[in-house]
Amino acid sequence: MAYSVKVLDHYENPRNVGTFDKDDLSIGTGMVGAPACGDVMKLQIKVSDNGVIEDAKFKTYGCGSAIASSSLLTEWVKGKTLEEATQIKNSEIAEELALPPVKIHCSVLAEDAIKAAIADYQKKSEA
Amino acid sequence: MSELKYPIYLDYAATTPVDPRVAEEMMGCLTMDGNFGNAASRSHTFGWNAEAAIDKARGHVADLLNADPREIIWTSGATESDNLAIKGTAHFNRKKGKHIITSKTEHKAVLDSCRQLEREGFEVSYLTPEDSGLLDLEKLKAEIRDDTILVSIMHVNNEVGVIQDIEAIGEITRERGVLFHCDAAQSAGKVPIDLEKLKVDLMSFSAHKIYGPKGIGALYVRRKPRVRLEAQMHGGGHERGMRSGTLATHQIVGMGAAFRIAKEEMVEENARLMKLRNRLWNGLKDIEEVYLNGDLEQRVPGNMNISFNFVEGESLIMALKDMAVSSGSACTSASLEPSYVLRALGREDELAHSSIRFSLGRFTTTENVDFVVKTVRGKVDKLRALSPLWDMYKEGIDLSTVEWAAH
Repeated sequence: MAYSVKVLDHYENPRNVGTFDKDDLSIGTGMVGAPACGDVMKLQIKVSDNGVIEDAKFKTYGCGSAIASSSLLTEWVKGKTLEEATQIKNSEIAEELALPPVKIHCSVLAEDAIKAAIADYQKKSEA
Repeated sequence: MSELKYPIYLDYAATTPVDPRVAEEMMGCLTMDGNFGNAASRSHTFGWNAEAAIDKARGHVADLLNADPREIIWTSGATESDNLAIKGTAHFNRKKGKHIITSKTEHKAVLDSCRQLEREGFEVSYLTPEDSGLLDLEKLKAEIRDDTILVSIMHVNNEVGVIQDIEAIGEITRERGVLFHCDAAQSAGKVPIDLEKLKVDLMSFSAHKIYGPKGIGALYVRRKPRVRLEAQMHGGGHERGMRSGTLATHQIVGMGAAFRIAKEEMVEENARLMKLRNRLWNGLKDIEEVYLNGDLEQRVPGNMNISFNFVEGESLIMALKDMAVSSGSACTSASLEPSYVLRALGREDELAHSSIRFSLGRFTTTENVDFVVKTVRGKVDKLRALSPLWDMYKEGIDLSTVEWAAH
């Protein structure tokens, strides 16, 4: 299968790889997928007091498209408010990376990951 | 040092390039000034010459297997041979019984032929191999019933390269009066096969796995005791009525040459490949969380199937773009299904998702192997640095206790 230039670029040079301290109250962590399915994505966001995503980091176990989807997502969410980040659709990721139909689930996983990270942040800040 | 060409071909279990010596002989059977005739033409030298070339090739194939040339039936490849052997004998013997035994790690050509027979009313038992990939023959014995007509077990597995004890299986089936079919597509030319000694009744072969062309194979059909089967392809009654269709002289000559060369060079080539394989495994085995799939000893020299835990196979293949390898898993990701062979060997899904098959062959060099070792080590490190599972493993978290949001 041939990968798109953008998938290859993110795969070769993944952006924002890394980890934040998940116990820090300004951090939201989303981990989705399962090893048995061949994809696990961990996405973390660092949120400022006024609800803007200042920084994002990811780690992904999965195929090249899964790695590219999460790498792209970390770029997109930076500078967005939580509300704006919730609006990101998997179809936008799939379109940007020109994912073939069999790889659409990678973009779905990325959308799930940002939603899970936001939910984790909100749960922690309410506690 | 010879100049390295990229990508390095390490997928010899999928197919092999045609040996230049084989290609040379094939080219002599195509054009007007070559041996292009129809072997069934009895009225002129073109036909006689084609027939002579085919007889010679049949002799080469029979020689490698210590069989009688009259026991070799040309087909289009091992898939057709498997279909003909399994459906052909089942249909012929349906009045005797309707039970067939095979294993879960067989090639799809065997499994799907069995599925088709199930739809026609036959019953099939699928044996699960041990974690080594090898069958427990006591379990095979226990499955044989009075109405069992056929046992189909492959010689060498295509994914993990393990060698089944077909000599022992043949003793069991012969004693019980059950036919034994063996898919030898991955073993011919790599493991000695002596059909005078082995109690195998039907054996499938392919040319393109041992440096012959694609599109040609053979089915061995034993004469003593005589094995009978129903043809699947009807027509001019070629190949003793078992497989009709004009014989493809150039393909057959190619297969004959490939089998002749295999017989001449097998011992030497196996010794060379064994060294290369050990060099590969020794270069990789000390990486943390690396597992060899399938038994190391009972294995063909060219095959190494390795799982790199916490690294997903498809992304590793993408990283190894300078080499042509395959994921042991049928990782289309559409199905999210890891390899059925590795699963039958009791490998967890994670390890099955993390497997790479390196298959070495005639044109693999020491430099190739050293490059592979160096590259794989670097890429595994890189992908583990990206892997949340690796972090969790390093933190001492048992991944099997984590509740995953499965999708």
